Amino acid sequence: MHNLIIQFWPSVIDGTTTGAIYALMALGYTLVYGVLRLINFAHSEVFMVGTFASLFTLHALGITHAPGGIAAIGVFILITLAAMAASGLVAVGVERVAYRPLRKRNSTSLANLISAIGMSFFLQEVFALRYGRDLIPFPRVLQKNVLFHIGTGVVRSDKLLVVVGALVMMFILDRFVNGTRLGRGIRAVAQDPSTAMLMGVNIDRVITLTFLLGGIMAGAAAMLYGTFYEVTQYNIGFVIGIKGFTAAVLGGIGNIRGALIGGFALGLIETFGGAIFHAQWVDVVAFSVLVLVLLVRPTGILGENLQRARA
Amino acid sequence: MSKSHVRRITFPSLLAVGGLLAAACGSSSSSSSATTAAPASVPIGFFGALTGPNAQLGINIDNGVKLAVSQYNATASAKVSLVNLDSQGDPAQAPQLAQKAITDKLVAVVGPAFSGESLAADPILEQAGIVSVTPSATNPALATHGWKFWHRIVGNDNAQGPAAAQFIVKKLGATKVAVIDDQSAYGQGIANIVRQALPGLGASIATSQSIDPTAPDYSSTVNAIMASGATAVFYGGYYDAAGRLLKQLRDAGYKAPFVSDDGSLDPKLISTAGQAESANTYATCACGDVSGTTAGKAFTSAYQAMFNTAPGTYSAEGYDAAGVILAAIKAGQTTSAGINTYIGSHTFDGITKKISFTSTGDINGGGIYVYQASGTAFTSLGLVSNLVG
Repeated sequence: MHNLIIQFWPSVIDGTTTGAIYALMALGYTLVYGVLRLINFAHSEVFMVGTFASLFTLHALGITHAPGGIAAIGVFILITLAAMAASGLVAVGVERVAYRPLRKRNSTSLANLISAIGMSFFLQEVFALRYGRDLIPFPRVLQKNVLFHIGTGVVRSDKLLVVVGALVMMFILDRFVNGTRLGRGIRAVAQDPSTAMLMGVNIDRVITLTFLLGGIMAGAAAMLYGTFYEVTQYNIGFVIGIKGFTAAVLGGIGNIRGALIGGFALGLIETFGGAIFHAQWVDVVAFSVLVLVLLVRPTGILGENLQRARA
Repeated sequence: MSKSHVRRITFPSLLAVGGLLAAACGSSSSSSSATTAAPASVPIGFFGALTGPNAQLGINIDNGVKLAVSQYNATASAKVSLVNLDSQGDPAQAPQLAQKAITDKLVAVVGPAFSGESLAADPILEQAGIVSVTPSATNPALATHGWKFWHRIVGNDNAQGPAAAQFIVKKLGATKVAVIDDQSAYGQGIANIVRQALPGLGASIATSQSIDPTAPDYSSTVNAIMASGATAVFYGGYYDAAGRLLKQLRDAGYKAPFVSDDGSLDPKLISTAGQAESANTYATCACGDVSGTTAGKAFTSAYQAMFNTAPGTYSAEGYDAAGVILAAIKAGQTTSAGINTYIGSHTFDGITKKISFTSTGDINGGGIYVYQASGTAFTSLGLVSNLVG
């Protein structure tokens, strides 16, 4: 109990930080599931490609240590755009190569699942063969300065960037899906694909857009991850992908605000689980909570419907 | 066992290496099976991670083995072919690879490199009667199974754990130590030995945690270490997670010494954590620094010439492990049983140390060294026993 008191504020801060990255990843799973009723298991590799894209941008810019002032903002904009573009393109590419041909042939969802796993292995191995299987360090982009304290917790600039960056992305996505014409198309297809098609919605275009949005969110997560943890690896997406998927299920898969809540909840459950018990119990605690939540609310905290999130 | 028949054997000469690099590459770069069709070649194997997250240690060893084999084949009449068994360091893949060793009719293997995969593969190798000489699997329990074909040419964690604890308490002056492990057979094994040794030296265990080496985030562990008031951290595990844990500790403002084991003794730990973050970072190892001896210098330059890189952790031990097997083959032993009897009853002049085996397969003697991160690499501080006086 003594541990918990000392570690309360640090746990809140760290849980929110990791939770923000989980939430961004969860959005990708949730968007695709909402529209296609399909788990995109290649999403973890979409994230991985994003981390490499921001790393290569840093290399291309010749960054070896944290830049200051205006330069820092420029660097951030560039690596964010690079990661989003790379992840978005890969996500759309995965849809074109692995899902669309199967969808056109009305194949089973199991075939889609295998196809996704195949894409996942393919992307991992391409990067492993090209860039090796060891951890690749990032140069420092943002000085890890202590900004202020909350209780015993320390708020560092990189943690603040992760949380704020993630929240901004989520807000933009939420506005896009709920407030624009294109977003209405996504919601229409999510609600009832055949009716949406009869109403003149181009389903293929909506699906491409959905993958693109999920990819962009994964790219943002990748940039934040790279800035915060400062490493990447060919299989870096695996654990983050599982956590993102778990967060999506916890919050209610197919539900954008559910993904957000699920991500932050999972991050906090993990760090508090680690603080109260020990680090080795982190996953046990997190998945026990997941099972308990699903027992009470089988469709997750906010339920399954993409549409209902608008309330 | 009677020791009446002990002789000294020296390893194949280092002189003939230069002109044979091409031949060596041709015969040893095969990733799955022996490609040489020469009828008289004796197949031996390297068993360890060549790919995967902790592959560098395996590659270091494999290069040492390749060098030893190429030097041997340069002069020997009975050639040796080398088969790579890439375990990726994964115990789950090890039994399958041990079966492959049997199918390929290997007479001996260097490895398995890690303790976890050793626990999975050694019983199968033992049953098939394949000689194994590990240069790096340091879990003490491996010597307790009564295996007849198993050998280890480095001191085990029963020596390394207490030495690490002594270094932390007596040299670094820490009285409260956080002991963290990665739940692997090796990492948890050595961490538990450190946990047992600390109280006897007058130090307390500030916090004791196990982490998941594949997890990206160690913030709860970092918070626990910071809250515990530990004045040093010991980490039992490999460089991949050690580097990330160290980075996150330093980022959180924790500056106290970080001590790890031979699994972390790799420059990749420093490149992962960052050079500034690797200040005050140490690793213990049963592996000695060979750069000071004549044989060690010859090895280092031959290695440099063949692989275009300096020897890494356990490269010299890999060379010696292969050397023990090759010495037996050179003496005309081409069956597993013959090699086993031969290496059990002789003393070998390795480049790392004099090598002879106890009846359980462990090496006689074998001191523990400590290394400190400085710049982009680890440099030797010498034997722990000399440092703590």
